[in-house]
Amino acid sequence: MKIHEYQGKQLFQKYGVPIPKGYPAFTVEEAEAAAKKLVDETKSNVVVVKAQIHAGGRGKGGGVKVAKGGAAEAKELAQKILGMQLKTHQTGPEGQKVRRLYIEQGLPIKRELYLGAVIDRDKRRIAFMASTEGGVEIEKVAAETPEKILTVHVDPVVGLAGYQARELAFALKLDPKKFTKLMASLYELFVKEDCSLCEINPLVELEGGDIVALDAKLNFDDNADFRHQEWKALFDKDEEDPVEMEAKEVGLNYVSLDGNVGCLVNGAGLAMATMDIIKHAGEKHGVAPANFLDVGGGANQEQVTKAFKMILRSPKVKAIFVNIFGGIMKCDVIASGVVAAAKELGLKVPLVVRLEGTNVELGRKILNESGLAIQAATTMADGAQKIVASVAGAK
Amino acid sequence: MSVLVDKNTKLLVQGITGSAGSFHAKQCLEYGTQVVAGVTPGRGGEKFEGKVPVFDTVKQAVKATGANASVIFVPPPGAADAILEAFDAEIPLVVCITEGIPVMDMIKVRRVLEGLGGKSRLIGPNCPGIITPGQCKIGIMPGHIHKAGNIGVVSRSGTLTYEAVGQLTALGIGQSTCIGIGGDPVSGMDFVDVLTLFNEDKDTHGVIMIGEIGGGAEERGAAYIKANMKKPVACFIAGTTAPPGKRMGHAGAIISGGKGTASAKMEALVAAGCKIAPTPSDMASTLKSMM
Repeated sequence: MKIHEYQGKQLFQKYGVPIPKGYPAFTVEEAEAAAKKLVDETKSNVVVVKAQIHAGGRGKGGGVKVAKGGAAEAKELAQKILGMQLKTHQTGPEGQKVRRLYIEQGLPIKRELYLGAVIDRDKRRIAFMASTEGGVEIEKVAAETPEKILTVHVDPVVGLAGYQARELAFALKLDPKKFTKLMASLYELFVKEDCSLCEINPLVELEGGDIVALDAKLNFDDNADFRHQEWKALFDKDEEDPVEMEAKEVGLNYVSLDGNVGCLVNGAGLAMATMDIIKHAGEKHGVAPANFLDVGGGANQEQVTKAFKMILRSPKVKAIFVNIFGGIMKCDVIASGVVAAAKELGLKVPLVVRLEGTNVELGRKILNESGLAIQAATTMADGAQKIVASVAGAK
Repeated sequence: MSVLVDKNTKLLVQGITGSAGSFHAKQCLEYGTQVVAGVTPGRGGEKFEGKVPVFDTVKQAVKATGANASVIFVPPPGAADAILEAFDAEIPLVVCITEGIPVMDMIKVRRVLEGLGGKSRLIGPNCPGIITPGQCKIGIMPGHIHKAGNIGVVSRSGTLTYEAVGQLTALGIGQSTCIGIGGDPVSGMDFVDVLTLFNEDKDTHGVIMIGEIGGGAEERGAAYIKANMKKPVACFIAGTTAPPGKRMGHAGAIISGGKGTASAKMEALVAAGCKIAPTPSDMASTLKSMM
């Protein structure tokens, strides 16, 4: 789960990671009031108006602007940014609508640095990465000048050791005392809040040597949501794909893709492999998967019905491939769910079904007796061929 | 004719009175696995299915029954604790089926595991388990699709394992042992650990290895194969068409920062001498062509 910069900074403040003064704003009026408050508090006319969307690259896209003329200029900028379709390298060509702003004090920046924490899967540890190359994409630094990134791995029993923070402080040429304190706060936050990513880009050194987090990008580990009831309040549904969200609410894994074949599969690996085989068979004919959908091992008939309805409702879907290898999931449960959904919404596109595994005979019987126009496939490859033939043939 | 488990394995089921635990404990019993004990804190003294004794703690269960493998069906909030309890009771093989354990919990589990010096092995979490066909089934895989034989199967995905096994059995090729290592970013045994066992097992003659996007476990497996593997390995990597930055069902199936793509993994495996199945329907036939 992702959260906004201003929400991340509220957590930073809670744990003692230094941040600039700032206030969130949902309207132009709130933005103006926030800017006034900041001008009063900081005795400076410089404020920054920042679009709050989950995607990165906001500055380059025109979503972050500096007002040097106090609240009046901040108001003008807020009018421009609030409601705009902000396009960045992470939003896709259609962009993301800006519905929230963060109004922040401007600061005299001396240097821009990078500091990030991630789960290093290969080392099975939390890793802190730091670089003097702040303010630019860290992936680019990693690819072009990997020697400029310093990494330390934290032993979960010992916790972040002082020497590890000092190593990074000296490499970044920062005050070791101030930086060690910041690192300790950040590590505590990362663990207690069950983060999967925490990135400060840029981390800035001010004239005078203070260190401040100018940005905050936090992702949470979805698996830990049972011990974080407060995440519900941080969740912004406007930033999510509505179909993916609907799926999540009924306990299904769904990812929207660009293609034209709806897929309903059990198991994440088989669901990915189904997408792959459709693309493999259909690439030359303009046939590609429209979604990833894993109904999991323990889905009931209602969940399967819901899943199948989501696919039926999508206007881009020209054919549907149901691919099941029943283990815990029983083939008759899938068949009943598919038939119930198709009868309710009507089946207007070709449907190819491949059933294998537990209760397969019962599942096939349900499909055969449904009266629906279903093409049965014997293997995944056979199913993919039939899908491609029906989509390409319909053109 | 197997690795890790056989007809002598004595299985303990942690979470045996829960809905998933009881259902699958029964399935394992029906397959012929020696299920000798169950553990559910607070339910000690009961009998499961009228014959399997239930204990309050893992240590009590091990002491009373001599269990030497454990399978965990405990829900996510208590699953990491259940793994640690099994380690502390010195159970040599711990299989965790549970999906949805926080990665922070697994980092701690992994740290403890590394300190055990090989006393215990962990398979999973978020995995189907391990089966030696005809002898011992520990997990949630459909037993009837398997056939005893000489091919090892190792996979990060449950249903793709069944797919591979189904194809092998249809070709009349049996399996020595099939191991699902799970779809989480931080877990127990990885490809290298399992490949090492298959390489040393005289009754395993070839291997199907099934990976997916995310992380570097397939690349490490490829390095092991290149340096050590004496047997043919056929591979399939799921997720060629997966978009970057999206979690594809499994917590660990995500391409992040341009790393963990299917193509990078396939390249490493081909360079190590493996054959890649062009589609998931060709896993068994690809291996057969190498035997």
